[in-house]
Amino acid sequence: MKTLLTNAKVIDPVTETISDGEIMFEDGIIISREKEDKTIDCQGLYLSPGLIDLGVKVGEPGERHKESYKSAGAAAAAGGVTTIVTRPDTHPAIDTPEVLEFIRRRAHEVCPVNVVHMAALTKERAGREMTEIGFLKDAGAIAFTDFNNVVRNSKILSRALSYAKSMDALVIGHPQDPDLSDETVATSGKFASLRGLPSVTPLAERMGLDRDMALVELTGAQYHFDQITTARSIPALERAKKNGHKVTAGTSIHHLTLNEFDIADYRSFFKLDPPLRSENDRLAIIDAVNSGFIDVISSFHTPQDEESKRLPFETAAAGAVGLETLLPASLQLFHNQSVSLAKLIKTMTLNPATLLGLPSGRITPGAPADLIIFDTDVPFILDRERLRSKSKNTPFDGHKMQGRVMQTIVNGKTIFGG
Amino acid sequence: MSFKDKHLLGIEAIRPEAILEILDLAEEYVQLNRSRDKRAQSLTGLTQINMFFENSTRTQASFELAGKRLGANVMNLSMEASSLKKGETLIDTALTLNAMQPDLLVVRHPQSGAVDLLSQKVNCSVLNAGDGRHEHPTQALLDALTIRRAKGRLHRLSIAICGDIAHSRVARSNIILLGKMENRVRLVGPPTLMPSEINELGVEVYQDMRQGLKDVDVVMMLRLQKERMDGGFIPSEREYYYRFGLNKEKLSLAKEDAIVMHPGPMNRGVEIDGELADDINRSVIQEQVEMGVAVRMAAMHLLARNYNIEDNG
Repeated sequence: MKTLLTNAKVIDPVTETISDGEIMFEDGIIISREKEDKTIDCQGLYLSPGLIDLGVKVGEPGERHKESYKSAGAAAAAGGVTTIVTRPDTHPAIDTPEVLEFIRRRAHEVCPVNVVHMAALTKERAGREMTEIGFLKDAGAIAFTDFNNVVRNSKILSRALSYAKSMDALVIGHPQDPDLSDETVATSGKFASLRGLPSVTPLAERMGLDRDMALVELTGAQYHFDQITTARSIPALERAKKNGHKVTAGTSIHHLTLNEFDIADYRSFFKLDPPLRSENDRLAIIDAVNSGFIDVISSFHTPQDEESKRLPFETAAAGAVGLETLLPASLQLFHNQSVSLAKLIKTMTLNPATLLGLPSGRITPGAPADLIIFDTDVPFILDRERLRSKSKNTPFDGHKMQGRVMQTIVNGKTIFGG
Repeated sequence: MSFKDKHLLGIEAIRPEAILEILDLAEEYVQLNRSRDKRAQSLTGLTQINMFFENSTRTQASFELAGKRLGANVMNLSMEASSLKKGETLIDTALTLNAMQPDLLVVRHPQSGAVDLLSQKVNCSVLNAGDGRHEHPTQALLDALTIRRAKGRLHRLSIAICGDIAHSRVARSNIILLGKMENRVRLVGPPTLMPSEINELGVEVYQDMRQGLKDVDVVMMLRLQKERMDGGFIPSEREYYYRFGLNKEKLSLAKEDAIVMHPGPMNRGVEIDGELADDINRSVIQEQVEMGVAVRMAAMHLLARNYNIEDNG
């Protein structure tokens, strides 16, 4: 059956353009315009590829009470995320083909959106021995990362990178000097000093980036920095890209929309890793998104239950949920004219797809029919209790948001709204 | 009535007039404490629980005595040894105690912001007796009272706070209080013990103690918090004493009548010369301890008053 989505403002991330138009799909694949069997009227709203959220934590295995594939899938569908790219920082870590097989099966059974998985780069994410990168890749691992456990030993990281290169595997790193950032919970500066919080200099990120860059130069591996959040990392990133190294960078929607002062009186829902930065950093990151030095925006969805958040700030768990708020929060950047809509969508669709080698994230014929229809204007006040995630730890509770997803289509099937 | 808060969590949240109200009432309690009959009635029938999640003999004794003199039933809980070891969370502990209907919780906790968090979960008044590196409001108040009594005023003074600023909640509360009362505050210490961008709080930072002490009215020494030293903040105790320890010679650069303060407990021969600490012409360290009881009586008296007003609508 050929379905036509019509009367839409179509966002094409390849050309970074928005135009009135229509998209047709059949059997879950986008096709060229033919005679339609069925029509969906988009009522003049925006139509774009579904979002690809790179770096989502699902609590399986080990912490299903915080988030299961089922609840994460429901949250993703409601947030317009049609592909979630999961992190391996689970309990146990996803570091063997067996664990990977197990969660792939779980995800496939219960999750309405596409799920691809990242695997750990080192066993138990402990930074001592590399994982079976080859077997894991055969079993479907799309990238390799120890997430926020930085591989301290440069020799081990350089070997893992060389090996990964020979397998054409993408490695994702967390730029952070582990010694400087150890046991810190805030960014150093006036705010942290006043609040008396152990803090890390923003330069710790640059130092992590510099070391990893040198190892990329040494090994030629394909490398992605998961979260660039400080102004002083940008020149180093710029240089690396201009020198032709195979590096890309991402950032988090929270670092693009919040700053350290949002922590206010020790609000632990604003405790993130890396910690929220200064307003100058936030503005620099927005510039880097605009200039293309930062390629990917994602939510770094990290579900934490009440018990792990309702603690003194220093001991509270870090992270925030984001699958459902990724689009509305990024639309803030569109409404306040920080980033154009087409650019925003590109960083959450085409760019992560290209990085990961996925066919989705575009509207060209042959691409999967993963599409979202969204309204940029509809206002609402976010109520965390109404989030579909099992964990409700959003920093946007009570925030006035503008814009939300009206319909989510995955492989041609409507899974939300419509 | 200037001090209207239900809790005393920090100096940052209270206005200069409220600070003066507390100090003025404390003066009355200084007189009471010096008389033979030290009983007062402002906390009669009330229950005060001292919850110390971090060891302290001096502060806890001061709060206990203050509460008892005001007629409260005082209970001391050493939280280090109790339920936390059994895995109970701070909030659960607070809720459990809250159910026992206390009127005033005096709380010390090793983490910044913990007392603030606790105050959100209980019905009674909460008094912060020190949270992490954040604030220690009654220490700043007792220091203010001591300065005012020694100098005759609490404004337009030049005050040097010296030593381990980074790990000190005493320093933070004092910086804020003395700033609010329009004094010039200098911070003196090695850069490794200085919080980042602290100069943005309106203080002058000195790394040379002789320059820092020049012509000041008050020299406030801080304890070198050895238990908080992960190692590597300073090369050695003796080098620290040589450069940042207070002795007669360094003190001679301050004003002739400058007073010497220390929140205690002192490390004699590390941050302060022992003889100088005992010099009754310069050191007001013992008076600080005395003012501590009076200031805490005043603060608890006013909290009980505010709590009572709130209770009766």
